[in-house]
Amino acid sequence: MWEYTNKVQQHFLHPKNVGEIENPDGTGDVGSLACGDALKLTFKLDEKGVITDAKFKTFGCASAIASSSVLTEMIIGMNLDEAAKVTNEDIANRLGGLPKEKMHCSVMGREALEAAIANYRGLKIPMAEGEVVCECFGVTDLEVIRAIKESSLRSVEEITNFTKAGGGCGKCIDRLREILVATVHQGADIKKVVEKPKRMTTLQKIKKIEEALEREIRPGLRKDGGDIELVDVDGDFVTVSLRGACTSCAKSQTTLKEYVEKKLRELVLDSLIVEESK
Amino acid sequence: MMRPENVVYMDNNATTRVAPEVLEVMLPYLQDYYGNPSSMHRFGGQVEAAVTEARKKVATLLGADPEEIVFTSCGTESDSTAIFSALQSFPDKRHIVTTRVEHPAVKNLCENLDTLTGHKHRVTRLMVDADGMLDLQKYEEALADDTAIVSVMWANNETGVIFPIEEMARMARARGILFHTDAVQAVGKIPINLKELDVDFLSLSGHKLHGPKGVGVLYVRRGTPFVPFLVGGHQEKGRRGGTENVASIVGLGRACELAAVNMAEENSRVKALRDKLEQGLLASIPHSILNGHKTDRLPNTSNISFEYVEGEAILLHMDQYNICASSGSACTSGSLEPSHVLRAMGVPFTAAHGSIRYSLSIYNTEEEIDFVMEKMPPIIAGLRQMSPFWKADA
Repeated sequence: MWEYTNKVQQHFLHPKNVGEIENPDGTGDVGSLACGDALKLTFKLDEKGVITDAKFKTFGCASAIASSSVLTEMIIGMNLDEAAKVTNEDIANRLGGLPKEKMHCSVMGREALEAAIANYRGLKIPMAEGEVVCECFGVTDLEVIRAIKESSLRSVEEITNFTKAGGGCGKCIDRLREILVATVHQGADIKKVVEKPKRMTTLQKIKKIEEALEREIRPGLRKDGGDIELVDVDGDFVTVSLRGACTSCAKSQTTLKEYVEKKLRELVLDSLIVEESK
Repeated sequence: MMRPENVVYMDNNATTRVAPEVLEVMLPYLQDYYGNPSSMHRFGGQVEAAVTEARKKVATLLGADPEEIVFTSCGTESDSTAIFSALQSFPDKRHIVTTRVEHPAVKNLCENLDTLTGHKHRVTRLMVDADGMLDLQKYEEALADDTAIVSVMWANNETGVIFPIEEMARMARARGILFHTDAVQAVGKIPINLKELDVDFLSLSGHKLHGPKGVGVLYVRRGTPFVPFLVGGHQEKGRRGGTENVASIVGLGRACELAAVNMAEENSRVKALRDKLEQGLLASIPHSILNGHKTDRLPNTSNISFEYVEGEAILLHMDQYNICASSGSACTSGSLEPSHVLRAMGVPFTAAHGSIRYSLSIYNTEEEIDFVMEKMPPIIAGLRQMSPFWKADA
């Protein structure tokens, strides 16, 4: 059970400003169903540039709903420059604190606000410009670095609590440690860390693999009366199931490694490992 | 503190109420009869007699011999003991067959064997289909000459889905491979007769069948090679060191006796209540989906996904009405990803995050079912109003 403050419970059970503003001046959409939480923030400005109304729709746990609700309360009456200065710590403090494992909910609130302001100003969302570090939750290095600096994070566990990075398959944990060390020591090394090959989120990976299967791999197998289906993607492990003539073919293992894996490495990512579903 | 009489408790796969009959037989061993069962004097000896009596009762429920019963501290210890024992008994065999939907007690052990033992292992984790069922042909193909042990749960804690243990154990035996089953959720809910089965190890836990926490059992078939996990004194015939948790062992014995008596009710009245709740919720709440096989399932468990909303938020609203249940959502698991069981079944993210498990017991009443059926639809509707993914006409 989480230890939520009364303020969190109050905003969760009786949230303020639920909904979506029609013809908003700014809209911020962050998170996704796959990630387990998502927030759509809309606001309206008056002629002086002051936020007169803000509404939210949130998919997520109690602290995600409470963070969204309190955020709308905080920004109504602010001008955009003031709103742009609201940090996740401000949101959490306003709620009387959040359990440390739930700090990412306040980060999501801040990111939605940032996205909505960027949307109004016709700018790109600054944090999305970085390179994806955590594939599971689509977190960029810029988001991680900012969280480390602003909330004085000192461990990878804390990074996960605040940004969710590293909370899925765990493959990026070494990388998070590098970024942590570089950031804490005001590193000139960060640049070097950033220049690694592009990473993909798991969702992007699945899409690309399916495309490659459909366009490049299936036609070849079908010619021989076989077929292939994608079962699961877990980090770099791609589980597939061979169908039709492939199942009884003595060479199916060779097909899997020499043909399917090679193709996928060439078309999607060179670190993929293809396994047959057992 | 919240009083139990004010609570609608539908989380019996997490833990159960200690039956009053169980508590009654435990108390004397926490108060007056504190002797050590290993002692030479009669004051300790009478306690040993109580442990022996409890051992017989556990054996009777399982269709086992009392000598095949080893008392442990919990289901997890029983699981670890069985798997490590097999690996140490056959040091040349470095392959394990298990499933993708095991309880963390087995899952995390199998995933970390290389680190824990310092040896390289192959682990085959069998897939399940959308109903949570295994493919027995794939299972047979997975059994290899170097397989040390098969570890497959009898019934799934999240969905209640029951695996064909009888057949799977027979197939392992035919290949000369040891078979372990984590039966923590099955014991007391469905009949088990180990005399007729080829199961070599079986784990159970006291607190899942109205016994106390902190006591478990590992059944070890007579003649099975065995290496103890906790090494120490000669307790449990040298199979598990450590002074016996006497009061809890006595309580577990009584709980097993009661389970045998209550099993018929579990499979009739409790099952009917479960079905009423399940059908009621699926009918009254749109976009709700049953997770797990419709019939090959424990009589007390129902796992339902409410699409487009998140499980922790649902649970906390239920908590406002003192309704206790569980969720497979990420936020409730302490991790950031939803249940591995639902993911293995291919339940889409839209549904996995919003799954609620209701698990009943003989203490539930029809009034409680009606109460939950009345409270759930507005909770789900309220959260959906707030969800950016919910389209009212969807």
